[in-house]
Amino acid sequence: MAKIAIFGATSAIAAAAAREFCARGDSLFLIGRNGQKLQAIVEDLSVRKGADQIVASATADLCVRALHAGLLAQAREKLGGLDVVLIAQGSLPDQKACEASVEATLAEIDTNALSVISLATLAGNDFERQRQGAIVVIGSVAGDRGRQSNYVYGAAKGMVAIFCQGLRNRLAKSGVTVTLIKPGFVDTPMTAAFDHKGFLWAQPGAIGKLIVRATARGADEVYTPAFWGLIMRVIMAIPERVFKRLKL
Amino acid sequence: MAGRGDGGRVTPLSWNRYPRVKPLRVAKLDFRHDPLPPLNGAPSRLAYGQGRSYGDVCLNAGGLSLLTRGLDRFIAFDRAAGRLSAEAGVTLDELLTFLVPQGWFVPVTPGTRFVTLGGAVANDVHGKNHHRAGSFGHHVSELELLRSDGERIVCGPERNREWFEATVGGLGLTGLITRVTIDLSRIANAFMITEGKRFRSLDEFWALNTEAERDWPYTAAWIDCLSAHGRGLQLAARHAPAHTALPLHRPRVRKFPLDPPISLVNALSLKAFNALYYRKPLPRGPALSPYEPYLYPLDAVLDWNRIYGRSGFFQYQCVLPPEASRAGVAQLLNGISRQGAGSFLAVLKTFGDAPSLGLLSFPRPGATLALDFPNQGARTERLFVELDAIVADHSGALYPAKDARMSPEMFKRSFPNLPRFLPYVDPEFSSSFWRRVRER
Repeated sequence: MAKIAIFGATSAIAAAAAREFCARGDSLFLIGRNGQKLQAIVEDLSVRKGADQIVASATADLCVRALHAGLLAQAREKLGGLDVVLIAQGSLPDQKACEASVEATLAEIDTNALSVISLATLAGNDFERQRQGAIVVIGSVAGDRGRQSNYVYGAAKGMVAIFCQGLRNRLAKSGVTVTLIKPGFVDTPMTAAFDHKGFLWAQPGAIGKLIVRATARGADEVYTPAFWGLIMRVIMAIPERVFKRLKL
Repeated sequence: MAGRGDGGRVTPLSWNRYPRVKPLRVAKLDFRHDPLPPLNGAPSRLAYGQGRSYGDVCLNAGGLSLLTRGLDRFIAFDRAAGRLSAEAGVTLDELLTFLVPQGWFVPVTPGTRFVTLGGAVANDVHGKNHHRAGSFGHHVSELELLRSDGERIVCGPERNREWFEATVGGLGLTGLITRVTIDLSRIANAFMITEGKRFRSLDEFWALNTEAERDWPYTAAWIDCLSAHGRGLQLAARHAPAHTALPLHRPRVRKFPLDPPISLVNALSLKAFNALYYRKPLPRGPALSPYEPYLYPLDAVLDWNRIYGRSGFFQYQCVLPPEASRAGVAQLLNGISRQGAGSFLAVLKTFGDAPSLGLLSFPRPGATLALDFPNQGARTERLFVELDAIVADHSGALYPAKDARMSPEMFKRSFPNLPRFLPYVDPEFSSSFWRRVRER
């Protein structure tokens, strides 16, 4: 029975993972920005959980990085320790708006990269001290290669990926795992503007299950669903002088 | 979570896959606190849950279809009192998976467990225990309705009762049902005691039925409507008492894998099926059985509706008042066999006397007969017109949740409370069914 803190808990993928963790008997501390949505998720898990499981929550805007240390301490206190930190907050930028505004671009980098790196740093130091723990971060296939349609988001996710690599390398000797989840297209409110037809689209429930599995085995990097590993290998193999002319 | 019985269809259809109409747009609902999605040019909205009704009560051609399956959270559960609140997109299947091991059961269930709570309320569904338990609405203590003007109306039998009466059986027209609180039934385990009896004629059925209603909380009859006298099986059940040893049970799920170019249900296959089913071995006396095969025989074959092919099929379900039941049911069955039409699943049951709560609720005292027919175009419609005449003649009613073709007159006749219902219809909610039966 693990003690798990989930940041960005109202995201569809995080909420699905929370339900899976809860079904496994874990205790959860959920952090989200929207109090009402967070409450709906907490109520649901409170009905599902076993008598000795804890489900608690805190409302916070994770872009305010000064709150991070306090939230981690709060999670540890409520759960009586901490084994897993799932970092899932993020937003899907309007690429065109970002191109027109440095401010919008940096705000997206802030949400999707800096706030993640801040939390991962703090959690990493805690886990290093206790010589045990798992950090799980939601990255994206978009972080594998920059594309004109979505490179601000991609750059943030790419930064997170390289940060996680380094952190993983550093913490390996302390028995702490760092897992980067790279979902492909997922049918969530974040992607509501897209046409969800087609076999490439996965449901958040399926991604939630894969996250729980990857966490349990302390995986390094996981494409969810796995076929995205193949797709991205092909995309990565295209030489840049060809790639730059493609419309992707 | 969902998975089973979902199909993952992009275009919302109803279970009989007729009519094949498309909404202008669909919008997925994720949180019950969110405001309704804007119309953006669509003339109206309508909630769509699991699409398990047979016809067009869940369809909104050219409008906005609100997919409610994202509202799948529990809200509160009082384990001691058996009272549960959940969002409207939770299915009875999910409820049962959660409740049964804890000793609770849904108080009323239709013949499939893949319906949502919202759908169960909006159609005020009934089950084999209607003569004891009434319909679904009798067990709802509270629900929340989200109106297109943004107002949230919390209603129940003791609070804003007029809104409750309009919404129970209100076909989703009074607004979006966001959450529902129901009172559950206590059970000791996942098993039922069942008893099946053969009858060779309708007369025998009526005698058996009186007995079964008196002795059993669940009962319904399957009728071979190809036979001249109306032979069939009376199937009764109750939840099993506590046992110290129960048989192992592993539910098997099969899936009907393809869309045949034409319906596989035809005169020949029907005759064979009905003859076999009538002769299916029945245990002597009451027997212990898991609840699924008794309550949900069809749920064992996912996507069984595909057997009728692309043109789909029709359900025809009517209720006839008690004094007209015997003569009326005999006439209906006669009419069907005269036309050489036949039905796989003719189900006959008598409703109890408890008055339904909803203004447009279908269940009322009398006998209800449900049949399904492959869609053979004009030929099928001719049969229905004949059946309609018999139903109207006996002051009966048709069930909107099973209808794709009733006339506005038939609808008006079936629901005398219609004028009282109209003021509660949300101006921005509508359905293909509603537009069809409100035409003049």
